[in-house]
Parts: sequence; structure tokens; C-alpha cells
Amino acid sequence: MIKAEHLYKSFENKDVLKDINVEFDQGKTNLIIGQSGSGKTVLLKCLVGLHEINSGNIYYDDVRFNMLATEEKRQMRRHVGMIFQGGALLDSSTVQENVKLPLDMFTDHGEKEKIERVNFCLNRVNLHDVNHLYPSELSGGMVKRVAIARAIVLNPKYLFCDEPNSGLDPMTSVVIDNLIKEITEEYEMTTIINTHDMNSVMEIGDKVVFIHKGQKWWEGSKDDILDSENPELNAFVFASAMAKRSKRHR
Amino acid sequence: MGKFLTFLGRYFIMMKRVLTKPDKWYIFRRRVSFELEALGLNSIGIAAIISIFMGAVVALQMAINLESPFIPKMLIGYATREIMILEFSSTVVALILAGKVGSNIASEIGTMRITEQIDALEIMGINSASYLILPKIIATVLFFPFLAIMSTIIGCFGGYFIAWATGIINPEDYVDGLMFGFKSFSIIYSLIKIAVFAFLITSISGMYGYYANGNSLEVGRASTKAVVVSSVAILVFDLILTQLILI
Repeated sequence: MIKAEHLYKSFENKDVLKDINVEFDQGKTNLIIGQSGSGKTVLLKCLVGLHEINSGNIYYDDVRFNMLATEEKRQMRRHVGMIFQGGALLDSSTVQENVKLPLDMFTDHGEKEKIERVNFCLNRVNLHDVNHLYPSELSGGMVKRVAIARAIVLNPKYLFCDEPNSGLDPMTSVVIDNLIKEITEEYEMTTIINTHDMNSVMEIGDKVVFIHKGQKWWEGSKDDILDSENPELNAFVFASAMAKRSKRHR
Repeated sequence: MGKFLTFLGRYFIMMKRVLTKPDKWYIFRRRVSFELEALGLNSIGIAAIISIFMGAVVALQMAINLESPFIPKMLIGYATREIMILEFSSTVVALILAGKVGSNIASEIGTMRITEQIDALEIMGINSASYLILPKIIATVLFFPFLAIMSTIIGCFGGYFIAWATGIINPEDYVDGLMFGFKSFSIIYSLIKIAVFAFLITSISGMYGYYANGNSLEVGRASTKAVVVSSVAILVFDLILTQLILI
């Protein structure tokens, strides 16, 4: 479980997050949705500690994450996996080196054992025979899958995904969404996904949090969304004509 | 003044993170050997080309300006050697490497910053500043002194070549000059200087790359600033070190 209490964050006197109170459940895919510029990426980066918060608290299970010292945060992050919008694979390393890096840094396994683990994770995301390719030689979907493999290689308890479907075609997006959902359930992780893709919400959203103008505007399940009377949420969800039609059919 | 203090503050905060014990020594050794090739071995060519031409030009200038029959011709070789050791092989080579290596480091790390690769390292629990910058510092501090020695030898050879090719001075006089009044401390002074310059180039360029944000334009600006600030730092420290060591 990850919990934020009375979270505030501002950049140069501009308030980006205002009094966010939210709890993300373990073993579920928790989605943060909202328009571009609403503050969802800042919220995700605050939760993971890439941005210092102005006030409030962040809890990882019983640990008050924002009060940890730098070294303690580093230790904590070994239980965290993150998939970035562009994949963020190290350009100068091969796929195998990218996935193996956390194992090299934080385990004392032998080389053979590490390669076996790398291959297991790559197979888990349906990638084969790509170990010696460089990120520039991969397609967008493959980059995302390698990023997922790297994120899960140390069996993390918490998984963060920043717009995992951006730049992908609809079919590959569904594959990536389902993969994240499967892995979340398989490893009982607390997964938080940042997205503005309504297909993802309807496919995998166990819990959905809507951020609007830096505030938590609404939260509920994917089934509650379609019945919500919240005007800002409706404006976001039913922005496309197809979604409006499906609302009318209900 | 405010900008300068901000720069110093950022620099020391980053260096505190950079100069920490590596998490895994064998990964650190692997990264140092990679950087030795990328930043050191790959700089041999440019340092060699510039040194041979500068050695030749210095010898020619000396020959043209020391025409008096009361000045022995061997002084041309002596002056060429002293200039190569004391200033050229350390300071001028460092200024050239600030352009080549400094811009390389700033743009590489800056691109990693804007493509979130540095954030990815941080999320993994890796000290990104130390992981990325410390191996570069160690590699350049170890390798640049070899470049300085190589530059001195090639520069002196450049002078010999021009003496032989143009006949403006007798090559034997030139060689006599090269061996005249040699002080080994000059070499130590030169090596100390280039090791300090290597540290400055790598750490300053690393800092500009590490704090880059925004887009590719910002990476370009960071790269330019890295070269300019490294060059100024080299000149300032050249003065300080000369005062401290030679006077």
C-alpha cells in the first residue's frame, strides 16, 4: 500500500499539487488520470521521491518515505520499479546489460544466475533473442517491454508507470496494459500507473484517481466512472465522440 | 556574483555525491576502463596532430627570432622543449581537451538527464552522480598525464622535423638544445597541472550535464557553458599552480 496525506508541491510559487489525500492498494492496478498539465506526473514523481514535497506525508506500507534519509531512501528504492514514458533505457548498454544492472548493483549472484534471471524476465515480457541489441535497435513497444523487465528484475513491491502507452499503437498498448496487470497480480505489487488513455482505464483500472488542477477531484473504480455526475471528470472521460455514444447507450 | 555562488554551491553539492565509495568495485573498474578508451585513447589523435604542428611552429618562430650570432642555435631546441613541457603539453592540450572531452561529457550526461535515464538510475537506488561522473574523473586524471608526456615528445619531434626539412637550423644543434639543462621537476610540474585540469574539465562538464533540464537546446547550451567554464577554470588554475609550484 502507498498512501499520500495532505500532499503539497509547488514550483517557484506556483502550486502544482494541493492537499492530495489518496491511498493506493496492494495487488491492484491503481490509475492516476487527468488532463495534460493537471499535475499527475508531478504526483507520481513526488510519490517515488524524484521531487521533494513541500508538505504532507508519503507512506510505503508503514514507512514514512518522505522522512527517510537519502541513504535510507536509496535502500527503499531497491523495492521500487519504475517504467518511464520513453523507457529510459541506458543508450550505451545492451538490453541484457540494462536488465542486469540492478542485479549487478544489488545482488551477489554469480554471472550465470544473473543471466538466467535476465532471460526469465525478458521471456516474461515476451521478448526473445534481443539480449545483445541496443535500445536504438528496438521498436517502441519492445523498449517498453525491456523497461518492464528491468523494473521487475529485483521483484519489487511497488511499481510505478508513467504513461506506459504513450507513442504506442492501440494493439501494443493493450499488450503492455495486460502485461502490467498480470505482473501486478502475479507478484502482489502495489502498482500506480499515470495515464490519460481511457482504453487503459477501462481495461485494467482497479482503482482510478482523477487529478484536476492539482487536486484530487474524484476516485473510484472503472465501473463508477461511467455513472459519475462529476462534470470535470465527465468532460475528460467523454471527450471522444465514441465514449459519449457509449454513455448514451447505458 | 550570485550566479557564481550558485555555481559553486551546485558544484560542491554534486561533488559530495560524486566522491563517494562505489557500490560495486568491479562495476566501477569496468566503467573506468570503458571511459579510459572513450575519453583517453580516443583523444590521442587530436593531441598528437596539434602537438606536432605546435612543436614545428615554435621551433620555426624561435629560429626566426633568434638570429643574433651571439645566441647559440642550440637554444632553439632548448626553448622548444621548455615551452612544450611547461605550457603547451599541459595547458594548451587541456584547453583543446576541454573542447573535445568536456562537450562530450556534458552532452552525454545532459541527454541522459532529459531522457530520464538519470531518474531511472536514481529509482533503482543507484547514486547516479557517482555512477556516471566518478569513472570519467578517474579515467581522465589517470590518462591525461600520459597525453601530456606524449604531447611533449611529439612536439619536440615536430621541431626536429622542421629543422631537418627546412634546414633553418642544424638538426644536431636542435637535439643538443633539447638535452641542454634538463630539469626533471618541470615534468612533475606539467603532470600535476594536467591532472588538476583533467579533474576540472570532467567535474565541471559533468555538473553542467547533470543539471541540464528541458530539451535538446538546453543540452546544447549546457555543453557550450561546460567548455567555456572549463577553459576559464584551466587558465585560472594555471596561474594558481604556477605561483604555488614554481615560484
